Amino acid sequence: MSTILSVMALLLHAVLLIALAPLATGVVRIVKARLLGRRGPALMQPWRDLPRLMRKQAVVAESASFVTTAAPFVILSATVAAGLLVPSFALHMAGAGAADLLVVVGLLGLARASLALAAMDAGTGFGGIGSSRDMTFAVFAEPAMLLVALTFALLAGTTNLDAIAAVLREGTLGLRVSIGLVLVAMVLIALAENGRMPVDNPSGHLELAMVHEAMELEFAGPHLAFLQLAASLRLLIWAGLFGTLFSPFLLARADAPMQWLPALLGWIARVVIICVALGALEVSIAKMRVFRVPEFIGAALLLGLLAAVYLFVSTGFA
Amino acid sequence: MSQAVLSGLALLLCLLLGLAGAGALSRGRRRFVPLGTALAAAAGLLLGAAGIAAGSASLALPIGLPGAALSLALDPLAAFFLLPVCLPAIAAGVWVCGGDERGRPCMPLFLAGMMLTVLAGDGWTLLFGFELMSLASWVLLLPHVDQPDVEAAARLYAGMAVLGAACLVPAFALLGGVGAPFAALRATPPEGLRAGLVLALMLIGAGSKAGLAPLHVWLPPAHAAAPAEVSAMMSAGMTKVAVYVLIRVLFDLCGPQPVWWCVPVLLMGAGSALIGALRATREPDLKTILACSTVENIGLIALGLSVALAARGSDLSALAVLGLGAALLHVLMHSGFKSLLFLAAGSAIASAGTRRLEFLGGLAARMKIVTLCVLVAAASWAALPPSAGFASEWLLLQSLLAAPRVGGLALQAIFAVAATIMALSAALAAAAAVRLVGVAFLGRPRSARGSAATEAPAAERAALVGLAAWLGLLGIFPGLAMRLVGAVPAMLIGREAELGATGTRLAPLADAPGYLPLMILLLLGLAGAVLVWRMMGAGVRTAPAWDCGFNAPPPWLPFGDPATQYGGRSFAQPIDRAIGGAILRARELVRPAMPGSHSPARYNEDATDPAERAVFVPIGAARHRVSDIIDQINRQTIRRSLALVVATLVLLLALIALQGIGMVAGP
Repeated sequence: MSTILSVMALLLHAVLLIALAPLATGVVRIVKARLLGRRGPALMQPWRDLPRLMRKQAVVAESASFVTTAAPFVILSATVAAGLLVPSFALHMAGAGAADLLVVVGLLGLARASLALAAMDAGTGFGGIGSSRDMTFAVFAEPAMLLVALTFALLAGTTNLDAIAAVLREGTLGLRVSIGLVLVAMVLIALAENGRMPVDNPSGHLELAMVHEAMELEFAGPHLAFLQLAASLRLLIWAGLFGTLFSPFLLARADAPMQWLPALLGWIARVVIICVALGALEVSIAKMRVFRVPEFIGAALLLGLLAAVYLFVSTGFA
Repeated sequence: MSQAVLSGLALLLCLLLGLAGAGALSRGRRRFVPLGTALAAAAGLLLGAAGIAAGSASLALPIGLPGAALSLALDPLAAFFLLPVCLPAIAAGVWVCGGDERGRPCMPLFLAGMMLTVLAGDGWTLLFGFELMSLASWVLLLPHVDQPDVEAAARLYAGMAVLGAACLVPAFALLGGVGAPFAALRATPPEGLRAGLVLALMLIGAGSKAGLAPLHVWLPPAHAAAPAEVSAMMSAGMTKVAVYVLIRVLFDLCGPQPVWWCVPVLLMGAGSALIGALRATREPDLKTILACSTVENIGLIALGLSVALAARGSDLSALAVLGLGAALLHVLMHSGFKSLLFLAAGSAIASAGTRRLEFLGGLAARMKIVTLCVLVAAASWAALPPSAGFASEWLLLQSLLAAPRVGGLALQAIFAVAATIMALSAALAAAAAVRLVGVAFLGRPRSARGSAATEAPAAERAALVGLAAWLGLLGIFPGLAMRLVGAVPAMLIGREAELGATGTRLAPLADAPGYLPLMILLLLGLAGAVLVWRMMGAGVRTAPAWDCGFNAPPPWLPFGDPATQYGGRSFAQPIDRAIGGAILRARELVRPAMPGSHSPARYNEDATDPAERAVFVPIGAARHRVSDIIDQINRQTIRRSLALVVATLVLLLALIALQGIGMVAGP
């Protein structure tokens, strides 16, 4: 019985993840438009764009190789695989045993590296700029994320997301300064990983200043739809990571379907809050220079190290 | 059983020596030399796999110095290290058959040296094998010494080989006799100052061969200068032999030692990982990039070893098993993907006629199979799931994340920083892999010669595809690879391996949640299949690159202006500015033209390895001073020379006389 329920929870999670990902992007766009005094696009606009792009024919540059045609599939399937591992509303879903934090980071890294390669494939200048800058940001974001994982591994004894959430839910660890520091670090990392302000401007139109969007310039039709869906999914995956690591007590158990509905509503509320906050942040600050970004993510690195050292000092962890 | 395996391996060593002799005597293309090497290596691989489970055996050979005959010994550690030694040799032997170069008689000798080191049963045999390996690989570098940089690399390499011997001989002497069998050394582990000296000498002697910072400076030029198949055997095999010597002495012969032993290993490992990965993101030469990545991976292996040393020192045997197991798993994975990368680079270089990134490009359309194989290996290099490299780096990270259990605030903080450096080097490796594949294999060609590249010959493709299949297997079934590793920590730590490794699962502890690559692959495949099915209807049309409306190239540039593409130098610039300046002293020098002048602006950049500044330049200066002094002594008049000889003789006689009356302790 509990196996069936855990599989059902996973299926529901997968369907909702893909259905809601474009809407989350829509919410951010609406919030940004309203705060700037515009009406903005409809909530469903991303869901209108994706089928329209899917109906088009894919156009590939003459100088491109098989990497360009394969990359969108790899990118979207790696992101979906990562999405299936990160809990949204329920813990102990089917496949929770494989939901390792480092594996999730690795899968998102696979998507990033594939996009960076595909961007260099057509042999255009903008693609190269974007891919070089994106890989540079990752050089700082990945060690910072590892320190986040280190703090949770010290607290919970494992890097498995489900197991970490289960340990934190018990509440025996209490409120910890380290978790607060890690939360701030993770916000900085999430902004960088999702290509958001102040690291990158997702709605930018000046090619020289673009990072993530510059890599997608040569993609059209279904290929572009895949990349856009993957970018939306990544936002939702990060929202799921925040929910699982910092508010695990709001999540339902997969084998208790009565808890699903409130947990689902809680998840949607969390996503909306995160999207509104993101929109408000994006209109209130300016994009920073590309060469300042390492300092920005470096702050996350220091906070993560501080969190780990604080944990060593406070608990004499051994 | 194990005695039979060992006898078979001894026979194999004789066959390899015979093969080298036959190769040296014969004329013609000598195709039989690489083929024979590959066959012998395949036999060695099978015997090694059989020997892992077979238990230990020893065998005295009827040759050697008077009173110190060579002896062989087989145990799980030696048998395991036959795998990373033989695997690159198989692929290299097959790969060479595709090209049109003559077989090199030193190739079987090189393999024999590596196998002899691993199978040695006493210090002499180990040193003999180690030096045979160094000498044979040095000779393999020589055909290319007409280029000045290769000559410098070969000279530095010879110097480092001498340094290695100069450290290993006293290290074994301190352990209790160079000629004593390992079983006798094991019975009397060193303590205190003697143990510390052994550690220092081993880290210099074997660490320099492995490429541990700060003694890694010789490695990138030497590994890059060799022919591709030799580079593969050096980078994937020889560095592992040095790691084997480190493990044999530090874990096996020295027995349990205090916790602080982990600190120098950890510092050298973290330094290598960082410097190697950082240099790999900025070097302009295809093979130098790969050699720098070898330095990085040896650093990662050393980090795993340091966790094991720390844990063994504080009696945390489960953690020690984890650290050692992760390091050995990475030894296996690295030997696979690095030999594939070097051989594929060799194919690309042979076909495109250059090894410099700035003249390569667009090989994916011309060498499809080679590019696919490179992508498989690059995924391991960049540690992306579900590749083989991710599995071992995941386990290494798990061991580093658990390492703070050793206790002590300073040590905990050091391990936290080491884990961060490991993640940093993994991310740098991903950037380096994207740069190498993106610049050399994707995009448009950057030279006319490169645009004429064609697919590699069948034998080369066979070697590459075989290695890629092996890597795919290891990536999806890391638990099977862990089975091969399993007996070794049990032997060295004295505890059965408790890693949760079953077929497709890898976990730090038997009951802990772990990494399930097959499931990841299923998820990837499922999502991918749905997408491909969804896309079947719509076709793909080709058109000139959009490039934000940039003009199409003129007719006299058939593949566009190479300068409008992002190159290796431009790709590296952001990383250089962010951290390269602090660590490598990377600088950009821009000299704009004077106002009104028609001359172009000049752009230069340079960087130096910190180890070169701190270690190699002072050593070079000291060597000059010593050779000056010796020169002066040599140039004395005949009268003074004779006086010097007589004075030395009198001094020695006086020493013997004093010893005779008991004023100086005898030997």
